[in-house]
Amino acid sequence: MSTDTAVRAEALVKTFGSTRALDGIDLEIPTGTVLGLLGPNGAGKTTAVRILTTLLRPDSGRAWVAGHDVLAEPNKVRKAIGLSGQYAAVDENLTGFENLYMVGRLYGMNKPDARARAGELIGRFRLTDAAARPAKTYSGGMRRRLDLAGALVAAPQVVLLDEPTTGLDPRGRLDTWEVIGELVSDGTTVLLTTQYLEEADRLADTILVIDHGKVIASGTADQLKGEVGGERLDIVVAEDAEIAVAVRVLTEVGSAEPTVDEHGKRVQVLVDAGPKSLVEALRRLDVDGVTVLDVGLHRPTLDDVFLSLTGHATEES
Amino acid sequence: MTVLTQGLRDGGIVAWRNLLNVRRNTEWLMAAVVQPIMFVLLFAYVFGGALGGEEYREFLIAGIFVQTIAFNSAFTVIGLCNDLQKGIIDRFRSLPMSRLAVLLGRTTSDLVVSSLALLIMSLCGLLVGWRIRGSVLDAILAYVLLLLFGFAMSWIGALIGLSSPSIEVAQSAGLMWLFPLTFISSAFVGAGTMPGPLRAVAEWNPFTAVIQAVRDLFGNEAPPGMAPSPGWPADNALLYALLASVVIMAVFIPLSVAKYRRVASR
Repeated sequence: MSTDTAVRAEALVKTFGSTRALDGIDLEIPTGTVLGLLGPNGAGKTTAVRILTTLLRPDSGRAWVAGHDVLAEPNKVRKAIGLSGQYAAVDENLTGFENLYMVGRLYGMNKPDARARAGELIGRFRLTDAAARPAKTYSGGMRRRLDLAGALVAAPQVVLLDEPTTGLDPRGRLDTWEVIGELVSDGTTVLLTTQYLEEADRLADTILVIDHGKVIASGTADQLKGEVGGERLDIVVAEDAEIAVAVRVLTEVGSAEPTVDEHGKRVQVLVDAGPKSLVEALRRLDVDGVTVLDVGLHRPTLDDVFLSLTGHATEES
Repeated sequence: MTVLTQGLRDGGIVAWRNLLNVRRNTEWLMAAVVQPIMFVLLFAYVFGGALGGEEYREFLIAGIFVQTIAFNSAFTVIGLCNDLQKGIIDRFRSLPMSRLAVLLGRTTSDLVVSSLALLIMSLCGLLVGWRIRGSVLDAILAYVLLLLFGFAMSWIGALIGLSSPSIEVAQSAGLMWLFPLTFISSAFVGAGTMPGPLRAVAEWNPFTAVIQAVRDLFGNEAPPGMAPSPGWPADNALLYALLASVVIMAVFIPLSVAKYRRVASR
């Protein structure tokens, strides 16, 4: 494994009873980049993280983190990683400072070093005012920041974040994004799992879409959006009677079947030529005397990507 | 650093963290102490009159000591299960720390809690008429034996805690098996008063051995009818108690550590 690859996994398989949580996952993260592992609940994201952090042994397949085999040299892997799990793993009865101090000591630091590092992280994660309070008094966002700080105590080469913003309010989510952004600018390699397409789009250099334990697509956010094909043209008309005309026009202009929202008098279609298609559609609607109330041209979101790849939305019902 | 020194160092850090938890949850500590005080009063004064009065109270205390020590293993069960459910064990397992440390830290901090409970029990015992009648050395040996046995029981608790799917299960599983073990022993009545098969179980129950050894070392006599039934376990109570403690540790320390290595939360 070359030094410019921080994490690599080959054909990871893990089954729990009759469920194949991972069904042959390959992944590779170049050093200093962020990989987003995107998928719905139960797709196998957490299982992948647990294998890469030595918490779980795969049934088959191999993985290396920071140059060390997770099965053969788990302790060397543990020295090189920081993990922040899906559930903020902080000790509620310890203060924020004590939590970080303890983690530092358990990474092998001596007392003064662990104290200094805990103090530094408390400041960086804006927990100074709350540093001496038990963590049970913290808000959800503060707890998550403390947990994230815990993952960074040893300034690890590779940080694995399992759904770092699940359950956070919008403010907490923005906070967390900011911290992850800082990490990346420090050159840390990050593996991030998320159910939020927006989050992967914003934070990850490369995205791996997984579903039912398999990789179903990979690439940059732009590449994935490209796979869905072009942009989406969105027209709102004034009268119910005009919907049929709009559908006919958009069928001619678009590259796929239009979708109709009768209630909102909204018709949407994927187009290949972007603004050109928009102008053409408006011209034809004008010729037919249709009153257009609203018009928009949207780049597809990762939600569209997911839907077109898996045939179901990200939140399984 | 060798495996053992790292285990002790990391175990010490985990024990420090656990004791901070105990200090900040005084209701936890209350539970460890109030229940045995209740048992002393209940048995000494509710049943005590019928069972032998003053002599019975002196006989009873060793039984309560062992019961307290053994029941404190339920704290190990709940403590570990709690850490598991909250994802704290995941964090520990992802750190380059000893695989023994989380369990050793937990059993050690529970040993500190047990020592405190024993101290309070002893004071309580002195108030109801219990006395140390043997030598100081024997008394020290009795306390060491109690703590050793408690430490061994904690390792059984560690395995139960790591195997419990939820706190609710841990709470009942941690205590359930202790009731027959304490009651089918000479903790509250002499084994000789029980019917045949039960008597055999009681005589060979390691609890009986520990209780008998502690009674011998403290010089506490049994009231009439409650004297230990003659036989190897009663004649070699101290040896049997030490052996039982060592065997429990030899079996449950490796089992618990193996479980810890593979344990998955949620």
